[in-house]
Amino acid sequence: MSPTRRDFLRTSAAAAAAASLVGAGPFDGLATAQAVVAPGADPFELTLANEALNAAWTAGASYADVRIGRYRRQSIATRERQVGAVSDNESYGLGVRTLIDGCWGFGATSSMTVAGARGAAQRAAVLSRAAKAVLKNRVELAPVTPVTGTWMTPVRRDPLEVPLDEKIALLLSTNEAALKVPNVRFVTSSLALLREIKTLVTSEGTSVTQTLIRVFPQFTATAIASGDFQSYNEELAPRGLGWEYIESLNMPGNAERWASIAAEKLTAKAVEPGRWDLILDPTNLWLTIHESIGHPTELDRAIGEEANYAGTSFVAPPEKVIGRLKYGPEFMNIQADRTQDGSLARVGWDDEGVPAESWLVVDKGTFKDYQTTREQASRIAALTGVKRSHGCSFAESWDTVQFQRMPNISLMPGERDLSLDDLVAATDRGIVVKNRGSWSIDHQRYNFQFSGQAYYEVRSGKIVGMLKDVAYQADSPTFWNSMDMIGGRSSYWMGGTFTDGKGEPSQVSSVSHGCVPARFRNVTILNTARTA
Amino acid sequence: MRAQVAAPIVEAGVITRDQAKALADRVLAMSQGEQTRVNIASSSGGNTRFADASITTSGDIANASVTVTVTLGRRRASSSTNALDDASLRRTVALATSLARVAPEDSELMPELGPQAHAAVGAFMNATADLTPEGRAAAVKRAVEAATSTGRPAGNVFVAGFLDTNASAIAVATSNGLFAYHRATSAEFSTTSRTPDGTGSGWSSAGSRDWRRIDPARIGRIAAEKAVASRSPQPFEAGMHTAILEPLAVADLIPLLAAALNARSTDEGRSAFSKPGGGTRLGEKVVDERVTLYSDPADADLLASPFDQEGLPVQRMLWIEKGILRNLSYSRFWAQKQGKAPTGGGVMTGGLALAGGTKTTEQVIADTERGVLVTRFWYIRALDPRTVLQTGLTRDGVFLVENGKISRSLKNFRWNESPLLMLNWLEEIGRPEPVGAGLMMPALRIRGFNFTSSSDAV
Repeated sequence: MSPTRRDFLRTSAAAAAAASLVGAGPFDGLATAQAVVAPGADPFELTLANEALNAAWTAGASYADVRIGRYRRQSIATRERQVGAVSDNESYGLGVRTLIDGCWGFGATSSMTVAGARGAAQRAAVLSRAAKAVLKNRVELAPVTPVTGTWMTPVRRDPLEVPLDEKIALLLSTNEAALKVPNVRFVTSSLALLREIKTLVTSEGTSVTQTLIRVFPQFTATAIASGDFQSYNEELAPRGLGWEYIESLNMPGNAERWASIAAEKLTAKAVEPGRWDLILDPTNLWLTIHESIGHPTELDRAIGEEANYAGTSFVAPPEKVIGRLKYGPEFMNIQADRTQDGSLARVGWDDEGVPAESWLVVDKGTFKDYQTTREQASRIAALTGVKRSHGCSFAESWDTVQFQRMPNISLMPGERDLSLDDLVAATDRGIVVKNRGSWSIDHQRYNFQFSGQAYYEVRSGKIVGMLKDVAYQADSPTFWNSMDMIGGRSSYWMGGTFTDGKGEPSQVSSVSHGCVPARFRNVTILNTARTA
Repeated sequence: MRAQVAAPIVEAGVITRDQAKALADRVLAMSQGEQTRVNIASSSGGNTRFADASITTSGDIANASVTVTVTLGRRRASSSTNALDDASLRRTVALATSLARVAPEDSELMPELGPQAHAAVGAFMNATADLTPEGRAAAVKRAVEAATSTGRPAGNVFVAGFLDTNASAIAVATSNGLFAYHRATSAEFSTTSRTPDGTGSGWSSAGSRDWRRIDPARIGRIAAEKAVASRSPQPFEAGMHTAILEPLAVADLIPLLAAALNARSTDEGRSAFSKPGGGTRLGEKVVDERVTLYSDPADADLLASPFDQEGLPVQRMLWIEKGILRNLSYSRFWAQKQGKAPTGGGVMTGGLALAGGTKTTEQVIADTERGVLVTRFWYIRALDPRTVLQTGLTRDGVFLVENGKISRSLKNFRWNESPLLMLNWLEEIGRPEPVGAGLMMPALRIRGFNFTSSSDAV
């Protein structure tokens, strides 16, 4: 049944309303305005969005949405006493998604003109029609309440407006401090800064403009002595925060201590492979959560839509695992959310206009629910009782189509407020792993092998020295069910990544994982050193 | 507010040489920098993704961007934009200039290049650039039908996959008179088949600059054949086993040698080709004498870019010749410091080929007494740069070969192995096959490949 033009285009009134709320225009990509108030939609962009929606309707779309995005990415990389690269990129364009007879099409252009917007919509419609040649499952969208509004990452100081010389001085003083450590010969430090301004306008009447700010600092020191070299990366979590977060890390003040860990690794004892109890610091555990809980609970993986690329999932099929799969012990609660301030997945709405929310993926150790988008929600509604999308639809940029992406997936603190030291004190023979090292996991998320940046041997409740060349290998269900002790609220820490990859063409997204330290019993430990 | 309406530079397809030259000249004229470089990248692509016999997403995307690099004395910085109206370009030039002004002096800065002689490489195929959404859907249909009928013995196989075609043009211009332009196309088609009992999975893929060299029905058929044959995999003891790596699996490993071939990290003692105590292993035998690894943008099977980001010509480079390390990759700065010739770009800029023997993959399998046949690898991550040691998994078809024939399907493995060390334990090297645009790899048979644990993943 085709909608009337009035049904289809409920945007004009919404768009006009949104435009009237505009106080100041969006950032000119290169302007120096201070960001404290969430900017509203640009009237010119709303005009283009309406032109695209009109063209989609004329071409027969039953639903369409337009995303206009302006992305500013700045990166500064330094090495020892010099700047390696400084770059500042701006990307601006428009993407239109059309639904015709249950088939998606997507057209995107950097020509920000009326003709460009219409053309993108028309190409999307051609793709929707072409897709009918291979059609078994028609797309059905879960309901969403139309909304107009603005949202912005709460920042005290927009990192893109901080003068470049201030950023460079911070990094070079960090390197200088690290180079004081004997045997430390190479140091790199860098900043990646992103400001994303996007407006979503849908044929159902949603019109939202969001400004997202994310920062990612990095630090690595390499020590060389007597034919060996060892590197150490400090785990400086990327966050959805402003410049004040970078300052809070005190990189120049901490660099000497971080670099000394690289030098210490030169004399660390080689690990004895075998079975050990493992204590994972949040700086390491966040990525294990990402890989072995975050990805397996993506619904598109569970139903095979990622089969050709990222893979499928051991948490499948939905009817056999929802409410049944024992993921871990009773005290294990895993929360999905887009609501934690400072996290990378924090937003006002997703790229389908679904408001940010939080829900439990694992409830008292049992798998409860997946991550969903509007077209996925109905596929498991009968099993979960949840009829609406959890708001997990995202696109990397204006030129990529939105699809299911991971929200923050976090291990909730235990009831007792234990610390990492408490876990160490309770362990007879174990290894503490800190920071992210190498990570690899199979395409159904069973077998993984992870390493860290620093490893400490625990004997009789005490750290007795540093180890090197450690990797832990396990399969996800066994591993999580071997967890017997976790930290409490005071030990909660949030790590994250800027570059979670999925989809074809491959897209990256940013996501955080909060967690507490945790102990796992009797885990396989490998020694990764090898000679020819 | 952004109220101005910019006239599109590129109406359809990718930017032409004349349009690129005019755009570069326009940007160069805006710059007050002592030296300025303009990099232009234009692309027009189409993709079609499918799963469970339905096209799930498809897109058509056009974009063109300009990166401006301004040099003031020994200070340099870049800025880029894809808004190509005069006002946006002027702002981008101004931003690059202001960034350069505050950037610290770079003692390693090299001046922008003047005019260079670049070989023309005919890497643009109209058959790829002109493929329509309907043509892509028809190709998907052929693959799905071939997979469905081939998979019939296992029931209704699940078929998923992806088709991506892209046309691109790049240009480099400097205020010192350099101008270079190159355009290319690429097409990639891959398909996964999974059996309804959930125990079998197969995959096949092909990539080329020329869409006409890709056969979707063949890819669908091979994926389904592997899915059917890989059902009910048996556990197999982890350990050092003889491994037959199909060309697509070899293509997952060999490019990982690129980082070790970097001259600077090698000279600084940070690469597998560094000599303990100082110096490099140049001129030494580093792998089996049957191994020759090279890049060559003009090679008919590679057709890679004839210049790098700075506009420096990319030449044919023999990295490893008959097992001997012959060359390392030198940036312009490091080459000057060490008295060598710069190689242009990284190792992969000029494509990468592992020369080989004459046997097809089927012949390599037929000549194997006992070994583990690997279709492809997955989730490879570096463990130790000192040996280029990696970890990863097998995926979409692992088989035991006995007396030249596949005898049974095996569970997937995790492995810890080095593409450098394994080339010392080479038993057989097959005929190189095109595994992607700019990539030629043969099948390899390796003695003692280190499979470390079993994976339940299918």
